[in-house]
Amino acid sequence: MSYIKKPAARHPKMPTNAIGLTPRDYEGSMSTLCAGCGHDSVTAALIQAFFELAVEPHRLVKISGIGCSAKTPTYFVSEAHGFNSVHGRMPSVAAGANAANRDLLYVGISGDGDSLSIGLGQFCHAIRRNVNLLYVLENNGVYGLTKGQFSASADIGSLSKGGVANRQGPIDPVNLALSLGATFVARSFSGDKDQLVPILMAGMRHQGFAFIDVISPCVTFNDHRGSTKSYAHTRAHMHEVIETDFVPLRAEIRTKYDEGEVKAVMLHDGSTVRLRKTDPDYDPSNRRAVLDYLGATAARGEVATGLLYIEGTNEDMHSFENTVERPLVDVPYDVLCPGSAALDAIQEEWR
Amino acid sequence: MADHGDHGVNDFAFKVATVNGTGSASANGLLLQALFRMGIPVTGKNVFPSNIQGLPTWYEIRVNKDGYTARSPDFQLVVAMNPQSYARDIEDVASGGWILYDSTRKLDDEFRRDDVSFIGVPLADMCVENFEGSRTRILMKNITYVGALVALLDIDMDIVKGMLQQKFSNKQHLMDANFQAIEMGHAYVQEHYDCPLPIRLEGMNATADHVMINGNTAAALGCVYAGATVGAWYPITPSTSLMDGFSQYCARLRVDPQSGKNNYCVIQAEDELAAAGMVIGASWMGARAFTPTSGPGISLMSEFIGLAYYAEIPGVFFNVQRTGPSTGMPTRTQQGDLMMCTYASHGDTKHIALFPADPKECFEFAVAAFDLAERFQTPTFVVSDLDIGMNDWMIPRLEWDDSYVPDRGKVLSAEELEAAESFYRYLDVDGDHVAYRTLPGVHPKGAYFTRGSGHDKYGRYTEGSTEYMEVVDRLLAKVESAGDHVPAPEVHQGSQPTEWGVISLGGCHWAVLEARDDLAEQGIAMDYLRVRGFPFNETVERFLEEHDRVVVIEQNRDEQLRKLITIETNCPKDKLLSITYYGGQPLSKGHVLDGLAEWIPELAGSEPGEDTSGGDVEPDPLIADAAS
Repeated sequence: MSYIKKPAARHPKMPTNAIGLTPRDYEGSMSTLCAGCGHDSVTAALIQAFFELAVEPHRLVKISGIGCSAKTPTYFVSEAHGFNSVHGRMPSVAAGANAANRDLLYVGISGDGDSLSIGLGQFCHAIRRNVNLLYVLENNGVYGLTKGQFSASADIGSLSKGGVANRQGPIDPVNLALSLGATFVARSFSGDKDQLVPILMAGMRHQGFAFIDVISPCVTFNDHRGSTKSYAHTRAHMHEVIETDFVPLRAEIRTKYDEGEVKAVMLHDGSTVRLRKTDPDYDPSNRRAVLDYLGATAARGEVATGLLYIEGTNEDMHSFENTVERPLVDVPYDVLCPGSAALDAIQEEWR
Repeated sequence: MADHGDHGVNDFAFKVATVNGTGSASANGLLLQALFRMGIPVTGKNVFPSNIQGLPTWYEIRVNKDGYTARSPDFQLVVAMNPQSYARDIEDVASGGWILYDSTRKLDDEFRRDDVSFIGVPLADMCVENFEGSRTRILMKNITYVGALVALLDIDMDIVKGMLQQKFSNKQHLMDANFQAIEMGHAYVQEHYDCPLPIRLEGMNATADHVMINGNTAAALGCVYAGATVGAWYPITPSTSLMDGFSQYCARLRVDPQSGKNNYCVIQAEDELAAAGMVIGASWMGARAFTPTSGPGISLMSEFIGLAYYAEIPGVFFNVQRTGPSTGMPTRTQQGDLMMCTYASHGDTKHIALFPADPKECFEFAVAAFDLAERFQTPTFVVSDLDIGMNDWMIPRLEWDDSYVPDRGKVLSAEELEAAESFYRYLDVDGDHVAYRTLPGVHPKGAYFTRGSGHDKYGRYTEGSTEYMEVVDRLLAKVESAGDHVPAPEVHQGSQPTEWGVISLGGCHWAVLEARDDLAEQGIAMDYLRVRGFPFNETVERFLEEHDRVVVIEQNRDEQLRKLITIETNCPKDKLLSITYYGGQPLSKGHVLDGLAEWIPELAGSEPGEDTSGGDVEPDPLIADAAS
């Protein structure tokens, strides 16, 4: 069960981050997912990202819906507040929580069933609402907990474990996020931690809704020949469009790229994302061009990955709402209550 | 002059029949407020279609010097401005009454009645003659009938003009037009008819300590005063004006003067599911959060309500009930969601619910609901209805105690967590069934995993029978213990219990009170208890024990309150009799008296059976639903 604690033993030479914590401090309970599940690799990448960002564990909020993906928040940062809510409704819980306390860091973990079927509406509206949240969609094209039904992200012609071909067109969450105006849209692969970690870090620092679709194969129900969400298929068809490096605020720039081919995007808190294009014509700041490009790669059967689209922005839900900078949960009651004199004045208008 | 019963000075009811979307609402509001300012107890009921423009709509006004405010379907006067509904409107006037109509077009003989008086005023003609532009003419026609009523009912003209001056102080041309229209209508009836009518008004001093307001606005203000900061909602009739009110009062009272930014956040959600999720997310974070909705919204929210119940997250849900099931009649009132609110969601659940009877209680119970939700860490319902929520009620002035401190319940601070040896979210440390709660971001020791899946008292995932049952048994005890903290029942009784008792709730109260006074005049005393909260407590149990027969009066078909009582108390089922009215109009005393006459022989025959059809609106197959 997911509350099984891991032993607290720690290697004496384990690295520490800016607030003196080790990677172990960002771990959670033992995973109960199937051995080899892609989701566990995403969890490992998240642990590394939070460690490198030196996130204070208790200032992190991790929210999920229902499904295999929804179980994973118990497997990282046990000192963070977690909320395993209801199927497909994580975005609304996150929006409400963020409305009440804008100072905490939010990560939402979802899956393709959770986000693209039962929760498609909430997913879309969280994007429109621009909730300040890193939204990780662990995408395996299949319903794992109920044993192998196709999900809405399954490609046409992809075969189920029993050999049945999917005939309904897939919903592509990256396409959807781009069309709905998301300002940070990425796709990655659970098997590519080097790519995943900097994108997760940049997503956490991005102001507003940051979306990452992670192809995360289901070893039990969708990792066979004929599946388009298997490890083998994803590795063979993955096409990294853009390489991402995340440079925290005030950190020394240690990039492996030549300056000439790098596009730098400054994030809200002053940290920087550095993007190196593998295709010279690709422009990650041109939404329309990115949509066209992705349409073309998808038609070729390729899975385009990387931080595909980014806008450096200071906007989020609170910008629309014009909410005070101070978290609403910290506004004292005497500021909130207008008092008896104001009530008397209001009632004069009711006579 | 024909017989007009007991009605006369400061005691009658009339209704104005118009077409919706023609601006009659402001004319009717003007009338209501004028009577209120004359110091006469008055109630207004808006009977409107689920539509924006072009369908019949009615505004009913009852004046009653004794202060009775229940709806009266016994109309002495009808202002018939809508030829579409002439037949029904003219039929609805009590024998001996009056019909004010627009005589620009001759009234068809088929509408004529011998037992009522017709007062024709050529309103359209007069407006065409005196005003330019079709919109102005339509609007001024309304004000002209107000002018006619000023003369017919002896309304204080200075008060009416004073209100127009107040309203149009910055728009001289509108004020001039309104003055002209008022005078025009007034002069015409003065010249052509005997004024005033026997049903008329005389200034009183019975409203000085009162205000006129609807329940949704009062509830909204209650949320402001309770310190609610997050509101999430999906528009639905008849609850929409609650969030409108909250936003408007917050815009006035909750904007930080330095930064110009809001000390509140109102989110219009994509549906009621999301609205409930937002309330739960915000409440989990420690904000006071709420959502206003109606029955269909609660149906959708039920999934989240079960989560909040099981994971023990506060949240305030306003259900401004309308007529169900399904889309039902969105602009008619009912008490049809009592069972749904008290047991919303799958599995074993039970919820705290408060039943306000008027806008004053909407304000007070809104505040109480946040205290109860946080104290018991559970979703809490304020179950109002369309009649209370949207109609104008005369209520005693609201009061606020500046020493009020919100009851935030058992929430551990950073200091307490620092000092604590351990923290387990669902452990009943104090033996009062309520566990300690922590808020995210406060302290690393306070972290736990919130889930709607099986958990033990330590907050850990479980599929173990004993561990599961231990938690849900505590939940039941916790919610039941709230029975002593919800607003206490209001009991009306003498020194000795009467043989029969009456139990009712919500907006039925006013009709029950009036009927009870009528009975007392006939020498029939009957104790009465009004339930104001759920779970029921000892007072309800005792009342049931003390009376041989108890009549439960409510506004739904299925006797939901009666059933709740049989489920939740020791009262034998056959002791409870039932009076139900569920036609969509507010309850009136006739419903109560006619119902009681079934069992009380003295009543049958003593009263001429009052029309309890409720003055229902003629069904119109063309009415398109626009208010769901």
